Amino acid sequence: MAELLKIRSEAEEFLKEYFLRNSQAEENRQKENQAATRIQSWFRACKVRAYLSHLHKKAIIIQKIWRGFTARARFRQMVKAAYFIMKMNFYEEMAVRIQRRWRGFFVRRYIHNFYARKSYLEGLSRKNELVRRELDEFEELQKRERDCLEMIKEQTAKVYQAHRLHHLLSTKQCPGVFNSPFRPFPHETELLLRQVKYQAPTRLAPRGRACLLGVPDSTAPSFPGSLRSPQIKTTRICCSSRPVLPPIASKKQQSLIREPGEVWEQRVHCPDLTLRLQTSYTHLEEAQNQLRQHEGAGSMFHHLSHSSNSFPQPAYTKSFR
Amino acid sequence: MSQRQIIQVFEQYQKSRMQFVQTVADLAARPQNTEILQNAGVMSLLRPLMLDVVPSIQQTAALALGRLADHSDNLAEAVVREDILPQLVHSLASQNRFYKKAAAFVLRAVAKHSPELSQAVVACGGVDALVLCLEEFDPGVKEAAAWALGFIARHNASLSQSIVDAGAIPLLVLCLQEPEMALKRIAASTLSDICKHTPELAQTVVDTGAIAHLAQMILNPDAKLKRQVFSALSQISKHSVSLAEMVIEAEIFPAAVACLRDPDEYVRKNVTTLMREVVKHTPELSQVIVNCGGLAAVIDYLGDCHGNLRLPGIMMLGYVAAHSENLAMAVILSKGVPQLALCLSEESEHHIKAATAWSIGQIGHHTPEHAKAVATANLLPKLLQLYMDASSSEDLQVKSKKALKSILQKCTYLPGLEPLLYDAPSKILKHVVCQFSKVLPHDSKARRLFVTSGGLKKVQEIEAEPGTPLQEYINAINSCFPEEIVRYCSPGYSELLLERLETYQPA
Repeated sequence: MAELLKIRSEAEEFLKEYFLRNSQAEENRQKENQAATRIQSWFRACKVRAYLSHLHKKAIIIQKIWRGFTARARFRQMVKAAYFIMKMNFYEEMAVRIQRRWRGFFVRRYIHNFYARKSYLEGLSRKNELVRRELDEFEELQKRERDCLEMIKEQTAKVYQAHRLHHLLSTKQCPGVFNSPFRPFPHETELLLRQVKYQAPTRLAPRGRACLLGVPDSTAPSFPGSLRSPQIKTTRICCSSRPVLPPIASKKQQSLIREPGEVWEQRVHCPDLTLRLQTSYTHLEEAQNQLRQHEGAGSMFHHLSHSSNSFPQPAYTKSFR
Repeated sequence: MSQRQIIQVFEQYQKSRMQFVQTVADLAARPQNTEILQNAGVMSLLRPLMLDVVPSIQQTAALALGRLADHSDNLAEAVVREDILPQLVHSLASQNRFYKKAAAFVLRAVAKHSPELSQAVVACGGVDALVLCLEEFDPGVKEAAAWALGFIARHNASLSQSIVDAGAIPLLVLCLQEPEMALKRIAASTLSDICKHTPELAQTVVDTGAIAHLAQMILNPDAKLKRQVFSALSQISKHSVSLAEMVIEAEIFPAAVACLRDPDEYVRKNVTTLMREVVKHTPELSQVIVNCGGLAAVIDYLGDCHGNLRLPGIMMLGYVAAHSENLAMAVILSKGVPQLALCLSEESEHHIKAATAWSIGQIGHHTPEHAKAVATANLLPKLLQLYMDASSSEDLQVKSKKALKSILQKCTYLPGLEPLLYDAPSKILKHVVCQFSKVLPHDSKARRLFVTSGGLKKVQEIEAEPGTPLQEYINAINSCFPEEIVRYCSPGYSELLLERLETYQPA
């Protein structure tokens, strides 16, 4: 019984203890549960961490090796590229040197040849000097010619006047108008009158009416002048010097009869006859060529254009001819 | 009455008609009498006399009519109105040579006044009749016909075309080869009048081989012929490059340069005109003329003549220089710039001055060398003055401004630029200052000269808005000099110093 009671009190105690422990456990369940959860989670986390760090380390190793590999490959590539670029730069620099030299040469020789231009301009100034001198000479020559012609005209006019005034010549008895006794020496007209021989006046053909109508004629040398009055024209035409025909009176014997000496000479000295001609075979062609050459431009300036000092013309200017 | 007495009446009438017509012809020769004769009704009196039985009365009546129409265009119009022209044209075909000459003279006198009158002459078949006259033997008739055709062709291109269509050109070229000088002259003048209008007409004339014949007559001693020949050649060559090349191929050039010393001034002028027309097309043609010494001859010619005669020479130099820089250098070396400077100062006409300014611009705008040559001849202030002068014509102002600008953009000759600093308006000043700003940074002597001559002072005085190019150039110039000098030269520096003096307290 006592054991039963003991057991029953133990059981009650047990129950009480059980209940207490249960309630305690219940009370601490939360805390303990939480603690356990915490510990477990922490541990799991450690495990996972360890796993992750293991993974990381391995991954790092793999990546390290991989990256090294690719970087070395890239580096090799870069080295190749850099080498290539270095070579290209070198070539380019050499090419630039060649091109620079060539361009300088080309421009200086063909596009703008400084020395050709210089010699051209010098030649041009020499040519200008030459042209100026020659033109001056030419002008001088022409002026002299004109003065000469003028003088000749004047002289012929004077002689003609002297012809017309022949009656004013002084005679033995009576001194002429131009030979006044008060003068120290006779006037030049007097001298001219003495020199001029008297000629019978030539008969002029009657022009009259025809002149009047022939007025708008092309003999008027003035251009584009208006027409002159017919009267003046008539006298001008009449006064112009007409060619004087030789007198018919004296008849010369025909000159077919030669001196006897000539004929004898011809008989005695025969001309040397050879089969060779005095002139060359191509004489005619040569003469024709010469004529053609000299025919072209005016004489003086023909030689100017082909003168020996024709200066070097710049090669780059497209020649017109 | 006996037969003799009756015939005597007629003879008397004929004599009086003849006398009347001759007197009227003599009176008509003077221009003063034209008005009086017109009022006296001479036209209606002369008209029946042109149909007179006696040929000499016809001819004299035609001559009188021609002289009257020559002097006054009223009478020429009256000739057209009264339908005298068809009569004349008809009789041109049939009558003797004196009448033909007189009739051609009338046609010429009518045609010369205006294009409408020429058109009237063409409309009544005058051109064909005149071309028929060109085939005559008598040189006087040919000359009169060619002269009339020339006057008709002078007015405009359509009239010239009608003459060409009538087939006149080969006949005119034949007339060129005739021995009579007057005929040659007039044929050359007519060809020149025909060619001057359009390139097609010139091409037609060239196709008949006129150039060769004209080229042969260049060294002829007759001055008036040479005038016309050169005028014809220049009218041909002015139209296009190919025509000018054909003229040059006739090898007139070195020989034509000799004609630049001809005593007759119009021959010289026409040679220069020919050179100008040839030169203006391409550089190669200019090269041909320059190589035969044309530049020296033209420049001497410019020295000898005055007034309007100089114009073709000046323009020729401008055209030559415009093509390329070595041709421009050739002009400079032939002493062209001093001559142009003389022309600029001596001439008073604005169009000649404008042409000279243009030529100078063409010479100077290539490189600094050329600009220096122009600047040393002291031309820049002259050009500026022409630009600024209010009395210059607009054309002159425009041309001198363009020339000045183009030369300034290349000019590095500082003593030539300095006078321009003082007078120039802002547009020109901009370029001047720009040039200074380009040259001064590199040349120390120039900088010294710039300061001592007062140029820096002037530059400081220029007012420019900041941000404009002018201000930038001024800044560029100022940066070439030490700051003290810039401050020293700036305006109002002396006042600044005096103010400092006022406020200064001796220690």
